[in-house]
Amino acid sequence: MDAYIYLKIFWFLILGILLMGLAIMVGMDMGVGTLMRFVGKTDGERREALNIVGPHWDGNQVWFILGGGAIFAAFPTLYATSFSVFYIVMILLLFSMIMRPVAFEYRSKVPSHRWRDSWDWVFLISGALPMIVYGAAMGNILEGVGFHFGWDGQYYQTESFIWYLLNPFAILCGVLSLSLAIYQGGTMLMIRGSGALYDRARNYASVGGVAALVLFVIGGFMVSGMKGFQLITGDPGMPANPVSGQTVTLANGAWMANYSAHPILWLVPLLGLAGMVLGVLALRANKPTLGWWMGALAWIGTIGAVGTSMFPFLMPSTDNINQSLTVWNSTGSEYNLIWMTIFGLIFLPIIISYTTWCFRVMRGKVAAPDTQDDHAY
Amino acid sequence: MDMLINPTVVELSRLQFALTALYHFLFVPLTLGMTFILATMETVYVITGKQIYKEMTQFWGKLFGINFALGVATGLTMEFEFGTNWSMYSHFVGDIFGTPLAIEGLMAFFMESTFVGVMFFGWERMSRKAHLVVTYLVALGSNLSALWILIANGFMQDPQGGTFDPNTMRMQFSSFIELIFNPDAQAKFVHTSIAGFVTGSMFVMGISAYYMLTNKRKDMALRSFRIATLFGVISSIGVITLGDALGYIDGQKQPTKLAAMEAIWNTDYNTVSASWNLIAIPSRSEQKNIFEVSIPYILTPLLTHSETTVIPGIIQLEQEAKPKIVNGIKAMIALKEYNLDRSNTQALSTFKQYENDMGYGFLAMQFAPDQDLKKINATNLPSVLDKTAKDTIPNVWVEFWAFRLMVAAGFFMLALFAFAAYFSLKNEIEKHPTLLKLAMWSIPLPWVACEFGWITAENGRQPWTVFGWLPTFVSASSHSVGYMVFSLIGFTLLYSSFIAAELYLMFKYARLGPQDDHHGHGHGSAPAGGGMAGQPVFAKPSMDRK
Ligand code: HDD
Ligand code: HEM
Ligand code: HEM
Repeated sequence: MDAYIYLKIFWFLILGILLMGLAIMVGMDMGVGTLMRFVGKTDGERREALNIVGPHWDGNQVWFILGGGAIFAAFPTLYATSFSVFYIVMILLLFSMIMRPVAFEYRSKVPSHRWRDSWDWVFLISGALPMIVYGAAMGNILEGVGFHFGWDGQYYQTESFIWYLLNPFAILCGVLSLSLAIYQGGTMLMIRGSGALYDRARNYASVGGVAALVLFVIGGFMVSGMKGFQLITGDPGMPANPVSGQTVTLANGAWMANYSAHPILWLVPLLGLAGMVLGVLALRANKPTLGWWMGALAWIGTIGAVGTSMFPFLMPSTDNINQSLTVWNSTGSEYNLIWMTIFGLIFLPIIISYTTWCFRVMRGKVAAPDTQDDHAY
Repeated sequence: MDMLINPTVVELSRLQFALTALYHFLFVPLTLGMTFILATMETVYVITGKQIYKEMTQFWGKLFGINFALGVATGLTMEFEFGTNWSMYSHFVGDIFGTPLAIEGLMAFFMESTFVGVMFFGWERMSRKAHLVVTYLVALGSNLSALWILIANGFMQDPQGGTFDPNTMRMQFSSFIELIFNPDAQAKFVHTSIAGFVTGSMFVMGISAYYMLTNKRKDMALRSFRIATLFGVISSIGVITLGDALGYIDGQKQPTKLAAMEAIWNTDYNTVSASWNLIAIPSRSEQKNIFEVSIPYILTPLLTHSETTVIPGIIQLEQEAKPKIVNGIKAMIALKEYNLDRSNTQALSTFKQYENDMGYGFLAMQFAPDQDLKKINATNLPSVLDKTAKDTIPNVWVEFWAFRLMVAAGFFMLALFAFAAYFSLKNEIEKHPTLLKLAMWSIPLPWVACEFGWITAENGRQPWTVFGWLPTFVSASSHSVGYMVFSLIGFTLLYSSFIAAELYLMFKYARLGPQDDHHGHGHGSAPAGGGMAGQPVFAKPSMDRK
């Protein structure tokens, strides 16, 4: 049974890494999409912006798909429940996500101004909306979600989507995530762009970085004051079934319990703060590559801080707190986690090496293509 | 049960899944096939160094890109729809089903999507050989993605490699080997990816025929046409052979699907003279075919590859289901008792006794009073049994005709490819404008075959999402009708505008032809025979010199 517990914790860490990878890589492309109308005043500048992420957006997007697939396999009940409970926002997220590939491929294929301008709006929506939803979902999960289970494992929902869409903490988290995306996207535009594009990107990215910093600090104070969840009894080696087997309580400030128990964990949010501060300074000093890595650090710290506060909770329930989803009661079986671990250990290094190769091959500054060139985006 | 299952929500969820999956599969087959055709063209380029093959690769690559974008976009929906709309399903089999999906991401999507950008943009940034390797990796990636998704689908058709665990209330993964070597999954994979090659061949052949008819870039058209017909002949033979194998597997694992596919109501024990229905109008209420045209003697060898195997008819299959339903009801009642009180070992052992039929108990739930199996008594049992038994049979009409349309399209395409290849190899293809026109107008056929093939596969699996274990109607998320209406309207609007944009661009670029790229030669508007104006000498196609 011991091995099963380690596997559960290991997959919790992998889940965190996937969410970070997704935020950094997809967030960067979404940031570019959000900024495109603002950093590019002419069609040429906008195409320059697009071609900066052009060769890589599809590969980056797989982080998002892999995130979905890995949650499905390693945390089946979390996948089943969270996607259904957040139905309306998930569908909105999906709608905006699926417009993006189409926008990339189709935007520059017709020279008409109206055609291109419409797709540019699509880039704005499909960049900003998913990032807001991504952050807001995290915020909602921290606050707890209104669902419970029937005996057979089917979930039932009790709160309406309006409530979880419109609450101040969730909105704050949404804007925080968008700010980080704008920072990361702007930094990428600086790395491979030049001229006016570079200057504008630098300004937006700095604003994004500062906004993220402020929101992160405010958010931290809100989390320390809000009602958190605490596991009273629950066997880490239990068979994965959320219907029964745990007792949970609610207490103000409980999300800080892990930090009080292990003060070294404060390093996680501090890392995030350091990333934001140093990142903005790096951009002011015209060191975008350094700034990019600081942005990655900011994401790692932010998502890491949420995970540290919540462990072992994955999605607490406000409806029947004992049925909250935790690392102990919602993973896949031991056998499954072993196979997933084998595949992960083989393929992640391979993926990282060929992704690096592709970025190296395509590196360097991008020039604005001429209007008729359709070998570029 | 907390709440009753709302049949309207289930129907809307099915409708949405069917629409989005069928839509996704409009783009998948071309991706599967075209990547290998592109790789072949590029291989010729790298070996012979002839510039025209590079242009061919780039031109067809552009059409491929227009298609690819929508494949990616609609695939995103699929990945998340299990969670958003089939929560009980995801909970029940996620431990097994999620794994091939995750591996698909790791092994296939990453490879395909990372390299596809380099394939489009990297021509000038690496050696020819390196670029060729990249193109092959894209092709390999797209076909690997088909492999894993079909392993997942194979599990739904014939659940191998998982066992039900009453403590977690779900099926748990027990054998990786059984999961991936599921014969249904293997046969499905080969049949589907070869169907992709048929699609790619038809697409290239049809558009090349159009260029010949309109005298555009004949040099390129003739070469593309020949590559496509050769690919087409081989792959349509393959798709038919493997389709036959798939039907054979279906017959063994899902007799209900086979009986519906062939509209067989009554078992014919005289296997030698049993007749095969070429055309039929099945009637559900009368449990027979109102009209049929059938050919005696061929049914048994055709479907079972033997002379003596009896093929059970629908009426017999319904009777065979009844004892399973009785057992299933006992299993589900015991399972619920055990889950409400884990110390009830009596319930656990009752459950274990009837475990293998638990799916039929789930299925009976919809016909039990208040969806509560405990309210079934001696008086209402016969009617519950009757309704449940009838429910185990998929819609015969849909099954019969969907299957026939696919098969008809398959044989027609084989004939078309064979004639086209013959004349193309004899360098006489331009003398047969009717054949060229036929090739052009047949472009939609592989899509028709693929869509109806999926309808055969998935409608035939009904009423189950996991055959024999989990009925479709318990699999759905417990949404409100309003939620479903919202998402359905959204998908319809978005997907319709996508298809409009895609068809517009496809037609625009296909009509424009390859002349439009920045090398600026070979304008299609040149008069007949002049398609070669301005061509570098080495690009002159040998087959024009006949
Ligand atoms: C170009 C496309 C194409 C063509 C010409 C054919 N098929 Fe097909 N068929 C498919 C494309 C397809 C598909 C879209 O790929 C399906 C859907 C599910 C699957 O596994 O493959 C399929 C499914 C499918 C199934 C159902 C599988 C299941 O229930 O799991 C059977 C029995 C056949 N095919 C048999 C045939 C036969 C006997 C053909 C003889 C001409 C044939 N197919 C031609
Ligand atoms: C892309 C090709 C596919 C197409 C075109 C397709 C088509 C369909 C259709 C037409 C239905 C409706 C059947 C009915 O309600 O009568 C359906 C249902 C369904 N299919 Fe598929 N399918 C595809 C692939 C898959 C795969 C690969 C999976 C699993 C990995 C899958 C899982 C399901 C599920 C969960 C349902 C919903 C429940 C149901 O109504 O059966 N499908 N699909
Ligand atoms: C119904 C279940 C299915 C799911 C969940 C699914 C999932 C996906 C996803 C997430 C993508 C986008 C990948 C990207 O961004 O790169 C995609 C694209 C694709 N899918 Fe599907 N798919 C399904 C059915 C199928 C089937 C049945 C096949 C093959 C027979 C298939 C083959 C492909 C291919 C070749 C692509 C092209 C784009 C790409 O891989 O990037 N899919 N699918």
